[in-house]
Amino acid sequence: MDEMTVPPVRRIALDHEPTVVLPPVNGNGPAQAPAGLARRRPAEPIPVRDRMALNGLSVRYGDQVAVRGVSLNVRQGEVLALIGPSGCGKTTLLRTLNRLTELTPEARRDGRIVLDGEDVDGLDVTELRRRVTMVFQQPNPFPMSVFDNVAYALREQARKRPGRAALAAPVEQALRRAGLWEEVGEDLARPALRLSGGQQQRLCIARALAARPEVLLLDEPCSALDPLSTAVIEDLVVELRRDLAIVIVTHNLQQAARIADRVAFMYLGELIEEGAAAQVFGAPRVTRTRDYVRGAFG
Amino acid sequence: MRVAQASRSDQRAERSLGALSCAILAIVLGMVAFVVMKAWPSFSHNGLAFFGSGGNVDRQLGAIFDSPADPRHYEYTLRAWPLIYATALTTAVAIGLGLVVSTLTAIFIVEFAPGRLRRILEPVVRLLAAVPSVIYGLIGILVLVPFVGDHLITTERKASVIYVVQLSGSSLLVACLILTVMVTPIMIAIIVDALRAVPRGWTEGAAALGVNRWRTVWTISVHASRPAIVAAAVLATARALGEAIMLSMVSGSVGFSPNPLDGITFFLEPVRPLAATIVDNAEGLSVKPFGQMIYAFAALLLLSSLVLSIGGWAAKQPLKRYGVRV
Amino acid sequence: MAAVAPQRTAAREPTSTWRLGDRAALTACWACGLALCALAAAICVFMLVKGLQYLRPELLWTHPVSGADQAGSGGFLDPMIGTVVLTSLGTVLSLPLGVGVAVWVVEYGRPGWLARAVESAVEVIAGTPSIVLAIFGLLLFQQKVLGFLSFQAAGGAVFGRSFFAAGAMMSLIALPLVFASTREALQSVPQHVREASYALGKTRIATIRRVLLPAARPGIATGTALGMGRIAGDTAIVVILLGATLQLSPADGPPLVRDLKGTGSTLTSYVYNNSPAGEGNAAEKAYAAAFVLLGIVIALNLVIDRISRRGGALSWTR
Repeated sequence: MDEMTVPPVRRIALDHEPTVVLPPVNGNGPAQAPAGLARRRPAEPIPVRDRMALNGLSVRYGDQVAVRGVSLNVRQGEVLALIGPSGCGKTTLLRTLNRLTELTPEARRDGRIVLDGEDVDGLDVTELRRRVTMVFQQPNPFPMSVFDNVAYALREQARKRPGRAALAAPVEQALRRAGLWEEVGEDLARPALRLSGGQQQRLCIARALAARPEVLLLDEPCSALDPLSTAVIEDLVVELRRDLAIVIVTHNLQQAARIADRVAFMYLGELIEEGAAAQVFGAPRVTRTRDYVRGAFG
Repeated sequence: MRVAQASRSDQRAERSLGALSCAILAIVLGMVAFVVMKAWPSFSHNGLAFFGSGGNVDRQLGAIFDSPADPRHYEYTLRAWPLIYATALTTAVAIGLGLVVSTLTAIFIVEFAPGRLRRILEPVVRLLAAVPSVIYGLIGILVLVPFVGDHLITTERKASVIYVVQLSGSSLLVACLILTVMVTPIMIAIIVDALRAVPRGWTEGAAALGVNRWRTVWTISVHASRPAIVAAAVLATARALGEAIMLSMVSGSVGFSPNPLDGITFFLEPVRPLAATIVDNAEGLSVKPFGQMIYAFAALLLLSSLVLSIGGWAAKQPLKRYGVRV
Repeated sequence: MAAVAPQRTAAREPTSTWRLGDRAALTACWACGLALCALAAAICVFMLVKGLQYLRPELLWTHPVSGADQAGSGGFLDPMIGTVVLTSLGTVLSLPLGVGVAVWVVEYGRPGWLARAVESAVEVIAGTPSIVLAIFGLLLFQQKVLGFLSFQAAGGAVFGRSFFAAGAMMSLIALPLVFASTREALQSVPQHVREASYALGKTRIATIRRVLLPAARPGIATGTALGMGRIAGDTAIVVILLGATLQLSPADGPPLVRDLKGTGSTLTSYVYNNSPAGEGNAAEKAYAAAFVLLGIVIALNLVIDRISRRGGALSWTR
């Protein structure tokens, strides 16, 4: 990957009128992409590149089928949002991408997952998780200082344990990419658990970014946060997609409408519809998608 | 008027139960006070040299026991360093070795053991904790001591230290080994509970970052369980300090300070920890200065266990800072 | 791409890519776990073999022959009776004490500093070595004022060693276990149960007696069984406070009381005295008695298991 520019930290102006657009309700509303979406998109188009491909993926927990025959592509340069009602299998699908389902003994997986052309089962699982990292719904910073949290992956993955001086630069870069440097830069020894909820989640994102992953998985990262922190993280996600492939699971249709480039709608374990965000929200092809997006159920 | 009666019965109950609780408090305070008071003459006659070394402590014990009946000629001289050294040595080795074994076993039980083995290990640990110390001592004195005496103590080794001490199988080695086995189950139980209480978010988060299972358990779970490990070590130290019966059976009952410079022979030399000394010499309590000396040993053990309780509490305080559960 | 056949997702990751240090640590973990199992098996098998070799049924109901050398005839009926008597006495004394103090600390506990002091005192007792408790007990029971609890020689010297003395100190051994279990059981009863009882007009003490203590029964039983196990296995207090007479030697007084004022021995002191560390030289008797003792202790632990498993689910929380 070539040299990355460090994105500017976004300051949220409180007197700014947020241009959030609700998805169309009960058949009313525009057929094309709402104008409000433009706020979080940078002007120039970003080159898109294939990263991961899923082929006929099915996941079972014992006898219960959680995911049924899903085929998807995950690309760098775009944000893929997985939407759907509770229990539709979107979180399971996300956790399969970095083989986290293997932590559950009853889980069984069929189908093929490919990362950059290699079958994911052929890779060592720790190697896979280095390249495909995850941020969880509840912020889970470790009971250590901010510095130790961000440096954790780097320390534990290296063949020889790097010294503190060698880690200072990657830690700062990760914190800048996560937009947290301004707030914690002076005191990196502060215990991570003393940060606010939004800061903790950004710390978890910085921690995930520190090891230079290729794909970032986000499992409802803002559901436990207040709207201000949510806005900051959404800006962050949109900036990060330039260098990473991003898959985000979200319950919040407005959030998906704001930040996603492509949207995949799942229902009861099956992939119902997948396509560009504007199309899935504006002119869904399948009736069930239309019903969900218009708030008829879920 | 039923209300007034009701509150009166409540008051009576509260007062009697409160009196019971104060009785417990009084027993503890009385125990500390009485033991120290009874021990005082022995300490005062020896001063700080009580804790020093000098002379053969076994001979000093005998001299005190043989004190003439006249109070003015009571014999008090004692240099208890070999006894204190033996206590500290056996405890330190047992706790050190025990911590390593307990932590590794606890990690094994929580993380790596296959289902069947895990289900066997829990009753195994409880069994080892339940075996009475006299049975450990019996196995030690009838199996381990002859084994060490016949196979590990060669005649040359015996000859090398014959001028200082007689080597039989009763030795520091057997004492430390059995003591380690006795304290390990206590620590395992506490550490396993602590490892299981580590929030899943942390271990899952570490796994999701691509860290392998051993490193996850070591850097996250064990790191977060440090207060529990300290508590386990403190509890085990209290147990090891007070172990009297097993040690009196296998440690050799010779008031000798093993010299680390002796090499391997260091472990084969006999020792005499404080608690074992008390048990060995309990019949001599009727001789006044001897009895006071025994109380002095008991006072030392009592004060050490008090210090341990306070130390254990104090050690956990700084760890609360990082959100580690205490 | 054709779908692959269902795979069994591996529950553990292959360790071939781990660092050498990590693999060594994993091996060490396995070694410790297996060694502990092997150790427990070895102890059990050894005691079983020796016990079956030396235990003859008549040992269980024959009195020991008095005298230092036990290698000849004579069983260990008296030590067995001694164990039973001492364990019962210690438990009977520790139960009301432990439950009472726990009830006061949890339900009343005023003033606050006193409650904390009492809790610390119980912890101090828990951490005190039993040999120190034995020495203190001797000190206590040799006072003239407590002379009625043991032998009193003609010249006024109090012997201080009896079942009463040993039982009292044994109750201190069991006290922290009963206290902790009762406290935990009482604290796990939800507050709304108490409030419901007060709302019906019941006094605090009636609530405790009729509602809370029955709910805490499994916890109390577990603590009591744990205490019994500890008492049965303790040797130091017996050696110091029970007078070291092989046979039960009652003192004077009414029938049961004179036995309790007298001296005797228990299985633990019998094993200690018959080992090469004591005066007796009867290793076979020591093995036989140790076998019986281990059996009793294991049986007690199985009882503890049974109680704590059954009493786990409190009916209110369902």
